[in-house]
Amino acid sequence: MSSLIAAAELPDVGPATGVADLAWLLVALPAISAVVLLLAGRRANTWGHILGVLSVVATFVIGLVIFLQTAGLDAAARTRELSVYNWFSVAGLHVDFGLRLDPLSLTFVLLITGVGSLIHIYSVGYMAPVHGAGHGEDDDAAEPSDPSARRRFFAQLNLFVAAMLVLVLGNNFVMLYLGWEGVGLASYLLIGFYQDRPSAATAAKKAFLMNRVGDVGLALAIFILWTQLGTLQYTQVFANVGKIDPPALVAITVLLLLGACGKSGQFPLQAWLPDAMEGPTPVSALIHAATMVTAGVYLIGRTHALYDLTDTGRLVVAIIGTITLLIGAIIGCAYDDIKKVLAYSTVSQIGYMFLAVGLGPFGYALGIAHLLSHGFFKAGLFLGAGSVMHAMNDNVDMRRYGGLWRVMPITFVTFALGYLALIGFPFLSGYFTKDAIIEAAFSAPGWQGWTFGLLATLAAGLTAFYMTRLVLMTFFGEQRWKNLKSADGHAYHPHEAPASMTVPMIILAIGSVGAGFVLTQGHLLATWLTPSLGELAEQEGPVPAAVVSTLVLVVSAIGVLVAYLLVGRRPTPVERPQHVSFPVRAARRDLYANAINEALIATPGTWLSRFLVYFDNRGVDGAVNGTAALLGGSSGRLRRLQTGFVRSYALSMLGGAVLVVAALLAVRFV
Amino acid sequence: MNGGNLILIALILLPLVGSLVIYPLHANPSTAKLAAMGFALAELVLTVVVWLQYSIPAAAGGTRFQLQFAIDWIPAFGTRLAFGIDGIALVLIALTAVLVPVLLLFSWEEKLPEGRSHAGYFALLLATQATLMGVFTATDVFLFYVLFEAMLIPMYFLIGRFGGPRRQYAAVKFFLYSLFGGLIMLASVIGLFVVSGEQLGAGTFTWADLQRMAASVPESTQIWLFLGFFVAFAIKAPLVPFHTWLPDAGAEAPIGAGVILVGVLDKVGTFGFLRYCLPLFPLASRDLAPLVLTLAVIGVLYGALLAVGQADMKRFVSYTSVAHFGFIALGIFSFSSQAFAGSALYMVNHGLSTGMLFIMVGTLITRGGSRLIRDYGGVHKIAPLLAGLFLVAGLSSLALPGTNSFVSEFLVLLGSFPREPVYTILATIGIIFAALYVLWVYQQTMQGPLRGAAVLGALERGGGPGTMLDPVVAAARPGSGFRDLTKIEIGALTPLVVLIVVLGFFPGPVLDVITPSVVATMNEVGLPDPVGGLVP
Repeated sequence: MSSLIAAAELPDVGPATGVADLAWLLVALPAISAVVLLLAGRRANTWGHILGVLSVVATFVIGLVIFLQTAGLDAAARTRELSVYNWFSVAGLHVDFGLRLDPLSLTFVLLITGVGSLIHIYSVGYMAPVHGAGHGEDDDAAEPSDPSARRRFFAQLNLFVAAMLVLVLGNNFVMLYLGWEGVGLASYLLIGFYQDRPSAATAAKKAFLMNRVGDVGLALAIFILWTQLGTLQYTQVFANVGKIDPPALVAITVLLLLGACGKSGQFPLQAWLPDAMEGPTPVSALIHAATMVTAGVYLIGRTHALYDLTDTGRLVVAIIGTITLLIGAIIGCAYDDIKKVLAYSTVSQIGYMFLAVGLGPFGYALGIAHLLSHGFFKAGLFLGAGSVMHAMNDNVDMRRYGGLWRVMPITFVTFALGYLALIGFPFLSGYFTKDAIIEAAFSAPGWQGWTFGLLATLAAGLTAFYMTRLVLMTFFGEQRWKNLKSADGHAYHPHEAPASMTVPMIILAIGSVGAGFVLTQGHLLATWLTPSLGELAEQEGPVPAAVVSTLVLVVSAIGVLVAYLLVGRRPTPVERPQHVSFPVRAARRDLYANAINEALIATPGTWLSRFLVYFDNRGVDGAVNGTAALLGGSSGRLRRLQTGFVRSYALSMLGGAVLVVAALLAVRFV
Repeated sequence: MNGGNLILIALILLPLVGSLVIYPLHANPSTAKLAAMGFALAELVLTVVVWLQYSIPAAAGGTRFQLQFAIDWIPAFGTRLAFGIDGIALVLIALTAVLVPVLLLFSWEEKLPEGRSHAGYFALLLATQATLMGVFTATDVFLFYVLFEAMLIPMYFLIGRFGGPRRQYAAVKFFLYSLFGGLIMLASVIGLFVVSGEQLGAGTFTWADLQRMAASVPESTQIWLFLGFFVAFAIKAPLVPFHTWLPDAGAEAPIGAGVILVGVLDKVGTFGFLRYCLPLFPLASRDLAPLVLTLAVIGVLYGALLAVGQADMKRFVSYTSVAHFGFIALGIFSFSSQAFAGSALYMVNHGLSTGMLFIMVGTLITRGGSRLIRDYGGVHKIAPLLAGLFLVAGLSSLALPGTNSFVSEFLVLLGSFPREPVYTILATIGIIFAALYVLWVYQQTMQGPLRGAAVLGALERGGGPGTMLDPVVAAARPGSGFRDLTKIEIGALTPLVVLIVVLGFFPGPVLDVITPSVVATMNEVGLPDPVGGLVP
C-alpha cells in the first residue's frame, strides 16, 4: 500500500487576531483559579467551589467566542498562532510558550471546557462536605469529613483543565509535553484524592509510572525530531516532514504511539486505567473517560502529517487499537464493579478511536468524531454511575444493586440513553460514529480489512453484552439492596440525586442522543477539521456500507439478547460465583496484565534494587582499594612529565598535605 | 595587572569575617545565630549587586571573565590571587547565596550533639560559604586548587562535630576521599604548570593563558592531565564509582551542612568539568567522553535503583543526587550548546530542588526522631503543609514540566541525543525511575492511614497518654508532638518554592546569563553544535 497522499496540503498559519488574542486566558483562568484555591487555604472553603466552577465556565465562554470567530473565517485562514512569550532558547533552539488555534484544537477546547463545566457543576453536589471524606466501603472507620476537601478537589480539577488546554493548544512539541505531564500530575493527585486509602495511593502511583513509560516514548520522539529537523515547532515540523529519514520516521511514529498508549490506556500500558477508578467519580467522568485518556487520539491526529508518510507506523496504531478494543470488551464482561466495567469500556472505545486514526486519511476524522460522541455518552454514564453510588452509600458492587429504576428515574433515563448510544442503537450517537469506524476498518486493504473489521464487529457484540448486563444488574430485577447493609452497618436508602447533579446528566444525555447525528451529517465535522487533519479520503471497501451496518446491528442485538437470557431472566446472586470457567477467571484477573507486569518488571526490579544496595555497601572497600591502585599507576606515568624541580616541589606539597591530614585526624573532634 | 574590581573579594571575605566574628560567641548562641543570619543576608544583597553589575556578553569572544581582580601571589611560580566570574559561576554564586539563609533558618532549632554550640555550627557554615565563593570566582588554577582543598576543612568539622551517631566515620571517609582526589589534581596542576613553561616560555597558572595554549598540548599529555582533574571532580560530584562517601556524609551531616553539601558543594565537581576539564584539555575530553558518558549513565540508573532500595531518608536523598549528577555529566560530555546550558542550569535547579528535598526530610526527622522511612506513614493527615511541600520538592526532583528541573533535564537530553543517542536513550529511561523513587517515598511516608513508630510515638509524647488511640484528636490538640510547618519554616521555604515554579516557566533570566559562557565553552572544545537549528 503506497502512501495515501503524497504531501498533505498545509494551511497557511497566520497570527491570531481579534478575540483570539485572548486565547492565553483559556489556560490562565483555570490555572490562576487553581493557584488561588491552593494558596487561600481554609478561608476559601466556603467559596472555593464557586470560583472553581466560574473559572471553567468563563473559559468555556471564551473558547466558544473564539470558536465562532474562527468558524466565520475562510477555511484556509482558520489556522492561527499566538506566541505568548519565549519559554526558553539556547543557540539554535527556540521554544515558545505558544498556542495554535485551529479547528482541531478549538474542537478539543469546547469538549474540555464544555464537558468540564458540566462536571464541575455536578461536583459541587457530589463533593459536598458530608460526602467528601470517608469515601468507600473499605475504610476502616468513618472519619470526620475534611472541610477543605472540596476546595482541594476543585483546585486540582482546575489544574487539570489548565494542563489539558495546554496539551491541545500548544503550538510545539515541548508545550505538548508540558500539558502531557501536567495532566499526568492532575490525574495522579485526583486518583489519590482519598489519601487515606492505601489502594488509592497505590493506584495513583501506578498511573503516574505507567504514564511515564509512555512519556519516555514521547520524549524520545521529540529528540529524534530535533535531530532530524532542528525544530520542534508544529508548523516547521509539518512543513518539513519529507526531509526525515524513513527509518527515523517509523521510529518517531512508533514512539509517539508509545506515548499515546500510556496516556490513553492502550495495550500494553492499559492496566493503570481501571485502577484509576479509585478517584472520585467526577474525575473518572472528566479525566478518565471524556478528555485526558483521549489525548493519545489527539496526538496521532495532530501529528498526522508524520503518520501520512509511513504505512508501517499507521499499521502499528491500527493493530494496537484492535488488540485493545478486544481486551477492553472481554474484561468488561467479567467485572461486577460498575466503575470498572465502565473503565474497561473506555479502554475498548478508545481502542476503536486508535483503530480509526490508524487507518489514515479516511479514519482521522472518524476517530475524532467517535471521541466527541464518546465524550458525551461516557461522561454521562460515569455521572450516572456516580449518582447510583451516591444513592448506595458509595457501594460499587452491582450485585448489591437491582431494581433502581423505580427509585431514581432521572438517573435511569439519562443512563439508559447513554447506554443505547454506546451500544450503537440506531440513530443515537454510537450508531453514527462507531459503525463508521467499523465500516472504515473493513475497507482497509487486504487481510487488514477483514481482520480489523471482523474483530471490531465482534467487540461491538461484546460491548452490547457487557453494557446490557450492567444495566440489567443495576436498574432491573429484584431490589437486592433491601435485605443488605453497607460495610459501615447502615441500611441502603437509595434516592434521586440533587438537581446540581441531575441537570448535567440530562444535558449529557441530550448530547449522547444527538451528537453523532449532528457531527456526521454532511460530513460536518470532517469538513470543519479539514485544515487540521487533511481532506477526508473516502474509501469504498469490499463490503458495502449497508451490509456492515446490518451486520453490526445483528451482532449487537445478539449481545443484548445473550445478556438478557443470562442476567435478565435469572436472579443475580449477591455473592460472586467462584466456580466459573477459565475465560471468566482470566477476564476477572484483567487477562493477567497485572500478573505479567508483576512477574516481568516489579519483582525482578525489587530484587535488583535489593542486590544493588547490598553490592554498593559491600563495594566500598573495593572501590577505595581500586582507586588507590589507580593512583599508584597514574603518578608513575605522570612522573615523565615532570622536571626534577617540580617533582621535588610536588613531593614537598604532598608531604605537607599528609601532615595536615595527620593533624586533622589527631584532633579527633575534641 | 594588579588590582581591579573589589566586589568579588568582598563576596568571599564577608562570610569569612562573619564566621570569625560569631565563632567566639559560644556562650551566647542566640546572638550568634542572629549575627550569622545578618551576614548571610548581607551576602545575598551583595550577590544581587554582583548580578546587576554583570553584563551579559553580546556574542561569543571577548573577555570570558568579568568583575576581575588580581594581585601577584607567589611570583616565582607565576601564581596570582586572580578572581573573575563568567555566567556559569554567577548563577552558582547566586544559588549559594540564596540557600545559605534558608538553611540557617532550618538549622535554628536543630538539636546538636552534646556540648556543641550553634555559634560554632553557624560559623562553620559561613566559612564553607566563603570557600565556595572562592572556588567559583578563582581564575588562577593554583588558587582554585588551594580553595578546593580549603573547602574540605569546614565541611569536615561540620560533619564530624555536629552530625549524627556515625559522624566521625562519615567525616573521615569524606575527608580521605576528597583529599585523595585533591592530591591527584595537585599532580595535574603542577603538570600543567610545567607544560605551560614548555609551551609559553614561562610557567603560568592563569586560566586564560592555559586555555589559549590548550589546543597545542599533545594529546597524550592532555589525557594524563585531564585524568588528574577528572578524578578529583568525579569524586566531588560524585560519579559512580566514586560516590560511596556521599550517602554516609549526607546521612550523618546535620540539616544545614547536608543542604550545603548536596545543594552546592557537589556542584564544584561538575563546575570543574565545565571550567577546567573541557577548556583546558579539549582533545582529552573528546577522547575520554565515552568513558565519562558510561559512568554518567550508570550513575543515572544505578543511583535511582539504589534510591528506591534505601531505608534511610537522608541516604535516599543522597542517592537521588547520584542519579542527577549522571544527567549533568551526560550533558557536559555530549558537547552541544543545549546540553551544556542544560547541565549548567541543572546545577542550579538541583541545588534548589534537592536542597529543598533535604530540608523537608530534615524537618520530618526533627519531628519524628527517626531517619527510617518505615517509621513514618500518613503524615499528610497531621501535617498537610509539610506533606504538600515535600511533594513539591519531589516533583521538582523528578523534573515535572512546570518545575525548574524540567527545563534543564530536557535541555540536557535533547542536546545530548544528536551526538550520543544510545547514552541518551538509557538516561531517558531513568526518568521512569525518578518518578518511582519520589512517589514511592511519598506514598510510604505521607499517604495512607497514620502509622509508623516515629509518627505515633511523637503524637503520644505530645498529646499525653491515650491519645495514640485517637490520632486525629491528638493532631487537633495544640502541643501535640508532630506539628505541621511553623510560620517561620513556611517563610523560609517560600523563596525555594517560588524559584522552583518561576524558573519552570521563566528560566530566561538564568539561561541568558549561562548561554554566552556555554557558547564560549563550545568554542574552546572546538566542536560545532550537532544541530544548529532548522534544517535548510
